[in-house]
Amino acid sequence: MNSIPKIPLAKWTDVALNWATMNYQDTTKAISDFLKGLIVGLQDSLIAIPPELVIIIVALLAWWLAGKRIALFSLVGLAFIYNIQLWDETMQTIAMVIAAVALCMIIGVPLGILSAKNQTAHRIITPILDFMQTLPAFVYLLPAIPFFGLGVVPAVITTLIFAMPPIIRLTDLGIKQVPEELVELGKSFGSTFFQMLFKIELPLARPTILAGINQCIMLSLSMVVIAAMIGAKGLGGVVWTAIQQLKMGMGFEAGVAIVIIAIILDRITQNLGKAHNE
Amino acid sequence: MEKLKVSNLTKIYGNNTDKALEMVLKGEDNEQIRAKTKQVVGVREATFSVEDGESFVIMGLSGSGKSTLLRCINQLIKPTAGHIYLDGQDLTKISSQELIEIRRKKMGMVFQRFALLPNRTILDNVGYGLEVQGTARNIRMSQAKEALNLVGLKGWEDYYPKNLSGGMQQRVGIARALATNPDILLMDEPFSALDPLIRQDMQDELLELQKKLHKTIIFITHDLDEALKIGDRIALMKDARIVQIGEPEDILLSPASDYVARFVENVNRSKALTASAVMVKPQVIVYPKDGPRAALRLMEKHGISSVFVVDREGALIGYVLAEEAAELAEKGQRELDGIIQNDVPTALPDTPLAELLDVMAYTKIPLAVVDEENKLKGVLVRGSVIAGLAGERRDWDE
Repeated sequence: MNSIPKIPLAKWTDVALNWATMNYQDTTKAISDFLKGLIVGLQDSLIAIPPELVIIIVALLAWWLAGKRIALFSLVGLAFIYNIQLWDETMQTIAMVIAAVALCMIIGVPLGILSAKNQTAHRIITPILDFMQTLPAFVYLLPAIPFFGLGVVPAVITTLIFAMPPIIRLTDLGIKQVPEELVELGKSFGSTFFQMLFKIELPLARPTILAGINQCIMLSLSMVVIAAMIGAKGLGGVVWTAIQQLKMGMGFEAGVAIVIIAIILDRITQNLGKAHNE
Repeated sequence: MEKLKVSNLTKIYGNNTDKALEMVLKGEDNEQIRAKTKQVVGVREATFSVEDGESFVIMGLSGSGKSTLLRCINQLIKPTAGHIYLDGQDLTKISSQELIEIRRKKMGMVFQRFALLPNRTILDNVGYGLEVQGTARNIRMSQAKEALNLVGLKGWEDYYPKNLSGGMQQRVGIARALATNPDILLMDEPFSALDPLIRQDMQDELLELQKKLHKTIIFITHDLDEALKIGDRIALMKDARIVQIGEPEDILLSPASDYVARFVENVNRSKALTASAVMVKPQVIVYPKDGPRAALRLMEKHGISSVFVVDREGALIGYVLAEEAAELAEKGQRELDGIIQNDVPTALPDTPLAELLDVMAYTKIPLAVVDEENKLKGVLVRGSVIAGLAGERRDWDE
């Protein structure tokens, strides 16, 4: 073994990161500023809405999309969060999740389509997705800092890496699952590539893609605590502070709030796919 | 007029078809080609042409290449070699833009499992072809409604496919194919997924529609009864080859090979055979002015107990029984008029035998086969009908 020198993967990585930081920092800083504006704006506006109003709107939305039980749960759950005074942090977390999921969709759905339509693209994308999903988050959490600074932007970017794969995979799957006969139908009536996509493939892949988005939301939520380590605030920030100061009760409060949000978002988005497919 | 012409069409599946194509041209069989080149022959050297307004059935068992052949026509599958001419234009040589235009304007396809979009209403399913053409919404809606009326589904516009039975779903499929008013209908085993009774109804309805619309239809099936019923002509496929092309009765009565013969063995001949295929020439006929004696003598000579009476133009008047002619002759009457019976059971030449067996069982005299002008074309005697049903070659001279 000793005759083969150690492959200096660590060193190469450092060099590459340094090089990328030196050369692309301006670009990444610009992206970072742009995203920061959007996310902070979203956070501020969510916080600005009276909590009572938000609670009622969410409850009604849940009623419409997921039924009475979830509506009731949303009402009680959100009121509880408001009561334990974690409202602003919750809104910050939700804003981050919304931003991350929106970005995931904007990037992930087209990549999923590409992967479904092009075998070469599929072969390139699949191992990258495996990499993204299994690489421990901490490994790319720290390198994100030199590119995007501390705070909410690197948090969203790392969330993106962690939460995007299911959207790509399930979009790809959804399109490939469209029955052959329906693909033939589209072609035989003279549909163009985009007509096939928008009139047949995407509508039929919709439930699968929505399942991907649901997964993406759940994964994003599970990243909030980790993201807090690089300066994202919100519920994750509370948990992180509680851990550092050994305040068990405070940590538990914030943890429960995360669970409540997770359940509400999960049930609502799960039913989104079903309701519209009936 | 020739609408569609397919010449030497070959489709080989695989990624290295040159060698395989060479072997096809040399006439080596599919199995050898697969063994040597790992390529699978889907269709080999298919050649046929279809007239405008003709129903052309391609039939064969699964794996015979019939679906592949159909899909080559609208290029869902790119043929490896050969040509397809639609109105004289070679479809294998056109650009993808031209192909899209032709698919939109000239061809409509009907699928085995209906291929309705579950997320669209019936009306929006029917309007799909018009929608991709960019037809304005109001025109699209009215044309789609018209097509739905044609197939008898008025009032179902706003339902979803899952609300409809299989037969109804396939009517939607047919309406969709008709909505763009194409010249050619490509039907890929459209009734195979339906229950037998529904299937027969749908076949009848297709025939009715076709009487009105006169489309050129390419119809795929694995069911010989269906092929015989629908097809003006039938192409039989086996092992990627067309083994026989002919009118339904050609296929039944003079199978080109043992394979075809075995295929037609099991067919319900009473449905497929028409009166004209098994009728025989009347041995004798008499005219009204012929006296009873003449009639009697003719019957005695041929050993029959009744004879048909026709007028000068050959139109059927009725029949005369030997015993009654004998009575009349004894009375010394000179004309047959008094004893001509008019209640003759008749059939048109294209009436299927199945519809006649019942009548034949209960009448003593032969069935008269007459054309639309009531002219006597032939007679059906029990012997020739049974021979026809048993699959024997026809014997004109009894």
